[in-house]
Amino acid sequence: MLTKRIIPCLDVRNGRVVKGVNFEGIRDVEDPVEMAAFYNASGADELVFYDITASVEARPLFDDVLRRVAERIFIPLTVGGGINSLEDFDRVLKAGADKVSVNSGAIRNPDLISEAAKRYGDQCVVLSMDVKRVDGKYHLFAKGGREDTGIDALQWAVRGQNNGAGEIVLNSIDTDGVKNGFDLEMLQDLSELVTIPIIASGGAGKMSDFSELFEKIPGVDAGLAASIFHFREVDIRDLKKYLRDSGVNVRL
Amino acid sequence: MSYTAIVDYGVGNLFSIASSLKYLEIESVVTNDAEILKGASHIILPGVGAFGDAMEKLKSTGLVPVLTELVKEGKPIMGICLGMQMLFEKSFEYGEHEGLGWIKGIVRPLEESFKAKNIDLKIPHMGWNSLTFAKTGTPVLKYVKEGDFVYFVHSFYADDCADALKAWADYGVKIPAVVARDNVFGCQFHPEKSGNIGLSILKAFSEI
Repeated sequence: MLTKRIIPCLDVRNGRVVKGVNFEGIRDVEDPVEMAAFYNASGADELVFYDITASVEARPLFDDVLRRVAERIFIPLTVGGGINSLEDFDRVLKAGADKVSVNSGAIRNPDLISEAAKRYGDQCVVLSMDVKRVDGKYHLFAKGGREDTGIDALQWAVRGQNNGAGEIVLNSIDTDGVKNGFDLEMLQDLSELVTIPIIASGGAGKMSDFSELFEKIPGVDAGLAASIFHFREVDIRDLKKYLRDSGVNVRL
Repeated sequence: MSYTAIVDYGVGNLFSIASSLKYLEIESVVTNDAEILKGASHIILPGVGAFGDAMEKLKSTGLVPVLTELVKEGKPIMGICLGMQMLFEKSFEYGEHEGLGWIKGIVRPLEESFKAKNIDLKIPHMGWNSLTFAKTGTPVLKYVKEGDFVYFVHSFYADDCADALKAWADYGVKIPAVVARDNVFGCQFHPEKSGNIGLSILKAFSEI
């Protein structure tokens, strides 16, 4: 049967990985290719590259990063950040991405999901959403979690699925950065509404947060995290051994 | 200089397959030229998207008779993902479409089989799944151990292909993962996205 997936996310600015701690054996922690190779060797099931470059002028730098990673690392690569049009899909897919994650771009233009799914297939389109509780309701936030759209997040997810999104990344702003575990309540509510794979994001602080996630919410397929992997608080290989020993099916 | 030809018929992104061969130091050419195909030591038939559409595109290149002849001559050919499904006789993906017919078997929707058997699993079958070996082996799996994981993304699967079955994955139904008949090989998963295990399969294929 399919394994649960562990997905590290790397933020890239101006062609360099946003700096983490110095890893043993890695000369350049800002080199995306070295970091990708390190995660690949640690047993990461996929890699997410998030382009946080502010200027459009620096886009070619990101594409170059992606191309260099895709020439060396042979696991699925997802790309997000700055995806606003079919041209953006085309640009990153040609540079070696396997899946493309849309967030604010889909809020501005909801047809983007259906158009991309039609052209590249559902499996290629990942709907990424930043969600926060407002007055007891789940609100969809835009612009990296800074702007409340007022849109009901669960309805947005269902709409995304109906439009052809192949996966959903649910990032809970409420648990993000707190490192006290994933937002199980929010994930449970989402998993009751959609049938496409759900990737949980926001809140992982230790290994048991992942085992709790997979044990309590069977509808979640993957756990995504950035800083705990990047700052070596959790080693992916150790995490996967821990999960296997906890009875979670993982790729080792 | 021997090389592997990757058939380019306007379907999908061939970057990863070409990159993985390059990484393995296997010379490769992405081509739709009959002469270049004839000169290749090995041929890879990739494919993503819908079966009917992909078969139409392949036919429109005029390469089907060329490939059929090369298969008869014994040249090793490997179909990947949809390229693997196209090796079979026909597919029931949105209608009924004729395949290349080099391997006996029929491609069916997972959805249909799941409904018939009351299986509640997500479609597509997307992610890492482990391989179980069939009774007879194949040289493309010579570096692979039973239980090794490979990366799948598909909503349709090969059925009635027991004769050619070399390895399968369990996803509610038995998903044929590696098939082979003489010099024709197919992988339902993406070896070019399956880490070192996938690379070892491409390497083993190149050594045939």
